[in-house]
Amino acid sequence: MLQNLRRRFETWVVRRHPPATDPVALTRRRLYILPTRYGYAFAALLFLLFLWAVNYSNSMGFAFTFLLAAVALNSMWRAHDNLLGLVIHPGVAEPVFAGQAARFSYRLEQPGLDPRYGVALQWRDGLPQYVDVPAQGSATVMLTIPAERRGWLQPGPIRVLTRFPLGLLQAWSWVTFERSGLAYPRPRGRRPLPASLPGGGGSSIGEQGLGSEDYAGFRSYAPGDSPRRIAWKAVTRGGPLLVKRFTDQARPELWLDWRLLGIDNVEPRLEQLCQWVLQADGAGLQYGLWLPGRQIPPASGAVHRRRCLEALALFRYEGQR
Amino acid sequence: MTPWNHKNRSKSGQPLVEPLMPLALIWLLITLALAVAPHAGELPVWLTLLFYAVAGWRGVIAVRNQALPPRWLLLPLALLVGAGVLIEYRTLLGRDAGVALLTAMTACKLLETRGLRDGVVLVFLGYLLVMSNLLYSQEILMVAWLFAVVVVMLAAQTMIYRQHAGLTGFAPLRLAGKMLVQAIPVMLILFVLFPRIPGPLWGLPKDAYQGRTGLSEEMSPGSVSELSKSDEVAFRVRFMNSPPPLRQLYWRGPVLWNFDGRKWTRHEELQANTPVAFTPEGAVVEYAVIMEPSNRRWLLALDLPASLPPRTGMTPSFQLLRDQPVNEVYRYEVHSYPAYRTGELTTLERSRALRLPGRGNPRAQELAAEWRARDPRPEALVNAALTLFREQAFYYTLTPPLLGVNSVDDFLFRTRQGFCEHYASAFVFLMRSAGVPARIVTGYQGGERNAMGDYLIVRQADAHAWAEVWLPERGWVRVDPTSAVAPNRIHEGLYAAVADPGSLPFLMRRGGSSEWLRQLALSWDLLNNSWNEWVLAYGPDRQKELLSGLGFGPVDWGEMTIAMIVALSGFGLIFTALRWRRRFARDPVARSWQRFCARLARRGLARGPHEGPLAFTERVAMQRPELAVPAQEIGKLYGALRYGPVAPAAAVRRLQQLTRRFRA
Repeated sequence: MLQNLRRRFETWVVRRHPPATDPVALTRRRLYILPTRYGYAFAALLFLLFLWAVNYSNSMGFAFTFLLAAVALNSMWRAHDNLLGLVIHPGVAEPVFAGQAARFSYRLEQPGLDPRYGVALQWRDGLPQYVDVPAQGSATVMLTIPAERRGWLQPGPIRVLTRFPLGLLQAWSWVTFERSGLAYPRPRGRRPLPASLPGGGGSSIGEQGLGSEDYAGFRSYAPGDSPRRIAWKAVTRGGPLLVKRFTDQARPELWLDWRLLGIDNVEPRLEQLCQWVLQADGAGLQYGLWLPGRQIPPASGAVHRRRCLEALALFRYEGQR
Repeated sequence: MTPWNHKNRSKSGQPLVEPLMPLALIWLLITLALAVAPHAGELPVWLTLLFYAVAGWRGVIAVRNQALPPRWLLLPLALLVGAGVLIEYRTLLGRDAGVALLTAMTACKLLETRGLRDGVVLVFLGYLLVMSNLLYSQEILMVAWLFAVVVVMLAAQTMIYRQHAGLTGFAPLRLAGKMLVQAIPVMLILFVLFPRIPGPLWGLPKDAYQGRTGLSEEMSPGSVSELSKSDEVAFRVRFMNSPPPLRQLYWRGPVLWNFDGRKWTRHEELQANTPVAFTPEGAVVEYAVIMEPSNRRWLLALDLPASLPPRTGMTPSFQLLRDQPVNEVYRYEVHSYPAYRTGELTTLERSRALRLPGRGNPRAQELAAEWRARDPRPEALVNAALTLFREQAFYYTLTPPLLGVNSVDDFLFRTRQGFCEHYASAFVFLMRSAGVPARIVTGYQGGERNAMGDYLIVRQADAHAWAEVWLPERGWVRVDPTSAVAPNRIHEGLYAAVADPGSLPFLMRRGGSSEWLRQLALSWDLLNNSWNEWVLAYGPDRQKELLSGLGFGPVDWGEMTIAMIVALSGFGLIFTALRWRRRFARDPVARSWQRFCARLARRGLARGPHEGPLAFTERVAMQRPELAVPAQEIGKLYGALRYGPVAPAAAVRRLQQLTRRFRA
């Protein structure tokens, strides 16, 4: 009954505040507040004190009971105001493989002049992660959310909550962000890497042909380049980041081909391909990826690896939630 | 699990103990120590010592991060301490034993305080301890002390959550103080308007109001002079018109009919809900009495009361009786006629007013018979007795010698030293022996005028006993035999009358080198009186009086609730309005920007939620080129002020100026 009510409330809330792509400011309309366990216990305590005051006709007993009640009321708007106006930025997470846990980092920003204490983000029933947000500043909260499937990670509603200052009441809000991280397919499969074909263009110095055998001059640094190839000597002299170029003689070319896999289901195929990509990358091979409708020509390096894995993660993704 | 609760469980399903901040625990220990301190006088010494030892030990454990005593030790310890309380008080119920148990259990709880939940339990126990102190005293100093305790307690309650550790130093105390100050208006509304129910709801423990001195419903030799050692306040009086002279101030308490040769006791009398009729002669005196708790049902009033406070009845002896004992500071208004003539005596009353114990005191009876033979008129008999006291060597003293079995004979013919109860008792005995109906009235006489506050203080030491005789033409007539021995007692008060004023309590003495101290005490009493009259005496009756007095007519609790809700909502509205104003006043930059955006929105140029200030003003410039210059400057300024490191005042002013002038 209570479970059911809760689920209905949550769907209502999510419908009320649809998933956002932009930072979400916590406005009055988004904030909810209810007593905590200790809040209910405190109410019981107040009732006890009240009976005590009545029974002993104790004037100051009444005053004390009413004072505590008024403080609880005061803590209610303080809890509410502790969240009001906070801006939650969409979470960002490094890509992970399905089955791993993604670490989302959310930035909480307080544009106003008062610091906010004890604000937490909570994903489903996980542990709330608390943080203080300085005035006119921001703080970052990390949430660990398991990636169950490949594709865009959608953690669903994240609860922003606080029990400040007395722990008697919890103010909270739900924020939902669209696509906030990527999960690659789970690398799985026992098939050996397919055989390599002889290299295509001989000794090319193209983007795909970057080898490690023979020195072939410098080019400027691009993200993904191995630090081992950076010309550190040039850097220490104050020059720009330069990368040494090498050429390979007739490196063999490897195609990780969807069609090579005689598996019926899409997912196991992708998982095997993912495994292959990791193996090929680990072996420092040049490899290309062939998927129906998407081909990535052979290359190597971190950027290439990432391209391949993203292609696998989002392959025929539209149909899936 | 409800949506607002944490589900802090590890994978194995074991609940994780949320840790308690050690610093918060130290604060909590300090608060509890402060809350128990006023009890130190009542608690058994071993328990006080145990509590402070345990609190200190727990503090050391917390600071050094040592291990707590093992859990198996706790139950035997709790049982042992509980048994100690049981042996000490022979019960676990009642006020004193209850407070002792609460203290003992708080001490035990300290030894098993590990996590957050234990911290919350300790805070709650602390609030109960604060409340328990109020059962013993509600005086200003106590209330101030407890208020300070609550400030620290609230600070500790904030700090027990490890998530609030960002509040450091004295910030939690500041926060707690702020919360309490902001809570006061709501507390006042509730205090004044929350419908009060007259207590008690169920039986109170026997010792609920122990330790109160005051008049009892019996009188034996020495019982009133015992009271003269106490300068505690019995009640205070505020007269509505000019107060009568001191010698007329006879505050009527229990009327005693029955005599067993030594002790006078009250007779159980029926009480009526209307004042008993008599014929007033002279002016009315109107006054309000602010009575200290007496744990007795009777209320004191000047001879003779002609009106009834709420929930009060009157006996045929003109004694006011409330439906419940007075266990709170109670304020009531009465009016009396100092000069009066009462009605006829019933046969039953006459026989009771003449009844004597079967035997004893033969010499006194002989003396009365002698007088009666000489002149049987009641007035003559009264005069004969008063003349005896006046002309023979009778002394008025606080420390009379002990009396034997025939107490009246002993006093009249042997010791001849006594306090008012001796004279009243002997007088009534003589009158009854001579055939004049007579009875004892106990109460207070006189009082001390506090010139600073224009009210009268009546102390326990002003307790007095006098007599009433019934005369055919005039009804019951007050006769004070003490005035025959020591006229000063009635005219000037106790200090001027007794032979040994040195044995009087300090506040009953007059003059001398410590007079300035007494004046200081009177100023303090003025403060206490205002506190009593306006705060402590505010109960169900005063509440109704106040609201009716405001012109609402008679008010029932439903209307009172409505008044309370209206007042609370009114306060809520004012409070919200103030907060809004401050919010805007505090952020002029945001206000200017909102005004700017609102103006453009009215012209169909609403800012999209995704648009930053620069992007938005860029778009404005594109769509309305004539606004480009001011809009872009506003956008740049706002962006710089909002997201830049500091906001120079000149730039804020410029932004305000620009947005004010901006016309879309």
